[in-house]
Amino acid sequence: MTDLQVATAGNTASSRRKLDSVVVRFAGDSGDGIQVTGGQFTLATALAGNDLATFPDYPAEIRAPVGTTFGVSAFQIHFGDRSVKTAGDAPDTLIAFNPAALKVNLPRLPKGGLLIVDEGSFNERNFKKAEITANPLEDGSLDDYNLIRIDITKRTLEAVKPYGLSQKEGVRCKNFWALGLVYWLYDRDPAPTEEWLKAKFRNNPKIAEANIAAMHAGHAYGETMELDGFGAYTVPPAPIAPGQYRTVTGAEAMAWGLVVAAGLADKEMMFASYPITPASVILHHLARLSDYRVTTFQAEDEIAAVCAAIGASYAGSIGVTSSSGPGIALKGEALGLAVAVELPLVVVNSQRAGPSTGMPTKTEQADLFQAVFGRNGDAPMAVLAVRSPGDAFDVAVEATRIALTYMTPVMILTDGYINNAAEPWKIPDVRNMVAIDAPYHTQAEGFHPFARDPETLARPWAIPGTPGLAHRIGGIERDALTGNISYDPANHQKMTDLRAAKIRGIANSYGPLEMAAGKPGAALTVVGWGSTYGAVNEAVQDLIGEGADIAHVHLRHIWPLHPDLGDVLRRAGRVVVPEMNNGQLLTLLRSEYLIDARPLDQVTGQPFRIGNLKAAFRRHLEA
Amino acid sequence: MNIATPVMKRTIKDFTSDQEVRWCPGCGDYAILKAVQKTLVDIDADPDRTVFVSGIGCAARFPYYVSTYGFHTIHGRAPAFATGIKLSNPELDVWLITGDGDALSIGGNHLVHVLRRNVDMQILLFNNEIYGLTKGQYSPTTQKGTRTPSSPQGSVDAPLSATLLALGAGARFVARGIDRLQKDLPGILARAHAHKGASFVEIYQNCIIYNDGVFEGLTEKGIGEDHRILLEHGKPMIFGRNRDKGLVLNHDRLALEVVDLGEGADTGRLLVHDETNKTMASMLAAMEGPDMPVALGVLYCNPDASYEQEVTARENHDRVDADRLNAMLRQGRCWTVGEDGTGSGG
Repeated sequence: MTDLQVATAGNTASSRRKLDSVVVRFAGDSGDGIQVTGGQFTLATALAGNDLATFPDYPAEIRAPVGTTFGVSAFQIHFGDRSVKTAGDAPDTLIAFNPAALKVNLPRLPKGGLLIVDEGSFNERNFKKAEITANPLEDGSLDDYNLIRIDITKRTLEAVKPYGLSQKEGVRCKNFWALGLVYWLYDRDPAPTEEWLKAKFRNNPKIAEANIAAMHAGHAYGETMELDGFGAYTVPPAPIAPGQYRTVTGAEAMAWGLVVAAGLADKEMMFASYPITPASVILHHLARLSDYRVTTFQAEDEIAAVCAAIGASYAGSIGVTSSSGPGIALKGEALGLAVAVELPLVVVNSQRAGPSTGMPTKTEQADLFQAVFGRNGDAPMAVLAVRSPGDAFDVAVEATRIALTYMTPVMILTDGYINNAAEPWKIPDVRNMVAIDAPYHTQAEGFHPFARDPETLARPWAIPGTPGLAHRIGGIERDALTGNISYDPANHQKMTDLRAAKIRGIANSYGPLEMAAGKPGAALTVVGWGSTYGAVNEAVQDLIGEGADIAHVHLRHIWPLHPDLGDVLRRAGRVVVPEMNNGQLLTLLRSEYLIDARPLDQVTGQPFRIGNLKAAFRRHLEA
Repeated sequence: MNIATPVMKRTIKDFTSDQEVRWCPGCGDYAILKAVQKTLVDIDADPDRTVFVSGIGCAARFPYYVSTYGFHTIHGRAPAFATGIKLSNPELDVWLITGDGDALSIGGNHLVHVLRRNVDMQILLFNNEIYGLTKGQYSPTTQKGTRTPSSPQGSVDAPLSATLLALGAGARFVARGIDRLQKDLPGILARAHAHKGASFVEIYQNCIIYNDGVFEGLTEKGIGEDHRILLEHGKPMIFGRNRDKGLVLNHDRLALEVVDLGEGADTGRLLVHDETNKTMASMLAAMEGPDMPVALGVLYCNPDASYEQEVTARENHDRVDADRLNAMLRQGRCWTVGEDGTGSGG
């Protein structure tokens, strides 16, 4: 919130204070319905016309003991009257449902920030669970914040009394009481949430009505109580390009992108996956889309998933597999086979903090080397990276297009942050999208399974069941034309060269290299990739606004790199590469272009903060 | 004129590829290849709709030698590839060729799951109780105490039973054959093909280089018949070169026993093979020498809906056009931003 010195704003709409952007963070126990609350607030905010970005921050433990710090779940939303690309560095308002949530999240709240706590949960029992010795509401530790204490639990129980719920059921409505209060605070319309509750609890209208009553009570509380330091705000709509919109998470956009790509190719899609955090959400979305020529297959393990996907591609579908880093490691051998037999395949890697199990729910982009290089033998693979939730749709379509056009596996790098984060998304009109063609082959005469299209170097796709084209393929090196087993030295050299040339040639299909901000030749050019896009771009835009000579390039094409990238980098005064790993893109750029690119690494499991990036870029500009 | 067009029956040659077969001279795989090719002729297979899938090992070279579609994949994973193929196109006739190392060691997990899912295919496990391609190390079916390059003092690992594993995994069709018993093998393979669902066939195969003669006791003329029994559904369990032995159930021990069928013997006690009886199949699968005969033929056949049928029945495979995709993207809450930048809930 850029303007928070308000202490006595009135409670009527006319006296609402205008803000250009706000960051709100909900935090509570994982059983408190924090993610649901956040989701509803997101929808109401999108309908209010703001641009927004969200980030759910949930614990790895499914049902951690209630009230403990490791069971704390949080949801952060950043919305404004201008372009919003990240969930925000720090919250302006924190709603804490219990002492543990306060303890975990308070360090994020700047001094003077608005802090709403459910006083009803601040008792000895919960202090003990949160390992707090003194009551923070009484010991003065919150003096620097704009603290609002409300016994939300008690007020919720009063509001839902007419519905005859059990004590436990009643208390569970408190997230909607709080949501009602926050709706009032930021001038959001509760009606869509009412509709959602009615639909969600269709079979249990009593629960729906109780939650609606709780929400109304929270809203009314804000309206009628005059609270010190508790203003009423409004955030005007952002200038947004005309069109039809919805909110999407990265996982939804990925799922839809894959389905639309299959539709554009007029093919069946077979999505084979083994459950793994944070990739499983993509499987869940696709499992609900069986009406659209999608088969989802939950395999017995990661290896079976990729193998089934390759089998499906062999039999004429678009095979897709999805996992996270540890699962991609298991798939490595099969990916090499897909490279060798040259079948289309899309592999989605939802990266997470590693190595090994690492931190499954925390974000990182440290699988770049694994994607580009992580196979035995010279096994080149196209690699694309997703920059934001909505971008997952476009990347999924492009990856499928490359896989089918070039008869090759393609790896998509996304991450847990993108999969779960949401943003408003301008819905494309599929009628305006270009169809995807593949090198199908049906002509028996003169057929050779490894003859190549001279332009793309793709081999023909001769699908089992096609009369007269029966042939054998496999992982053993094969003759460059007939596909028969060959140990011939010259043939192996030729095939290795062809595989490399085919993948390099994919770069010819790229659109122009767009600057995300600034112009080529700037004193400092920032090269990013993946989910750092929002933070890096906002930081660079801010500095450009301050007059700095800085530019931002954000790579979708990790391998092969964009043909124009070398030129942009060589013209730059200095190149800095911010990434959430120990310098993987940095190493790639250095080795490809022999440039003195500088690292800006962060591996904390948390996204970059705009403020930190700006400070680092300034240091480079001054160096 | 009303003359029926003569149907040209395919021959073994029609299922032979132009690739030179590169197994060791005398390898049992040659006999199995021939039996499979004969079966393909017998069942009138369509080479354009037939796919052979294999993993890694000596047996896994098999697809290169059959002139159908073929996919030589990676070690142990052939069941997963085959599952993907069947899910993509259930019309394809899939044969999976594997060995004891491929199916029971590195690929044990996939074998279990393809069987429990009951994906329609024929799984032929060439069991030679040794690793051949890697030059003779002990395998998961090698008899305990076998000396190999990796077990110079004799192997310590207990061998596992492929057929018991298959039954335990929920296989709906389990059979066993032997490379050298060419007379019986095509019939068993044809039964496997006729069964809709995952059909598991263990084929004892002689590795002439690294484990020669390991099944000799079952195949040697004049002796072998006393150590094996070919099961037939609905027929009493009789075996032996003079057909003078039978199987009965000892109710007290809950175990199978061999009885002599001399003159005047009570044949009423003889077990009659019921291939739908899983308990009996398990007892038969567990029989081993020297006291009991090894069970051959169809041990168990109890069909159920196949996986790819059940999966595809739940899906809509109609063409998806742009309008349907547009509708999909617009499910749920959408809103429209007008030319003037104002939003309206849609």
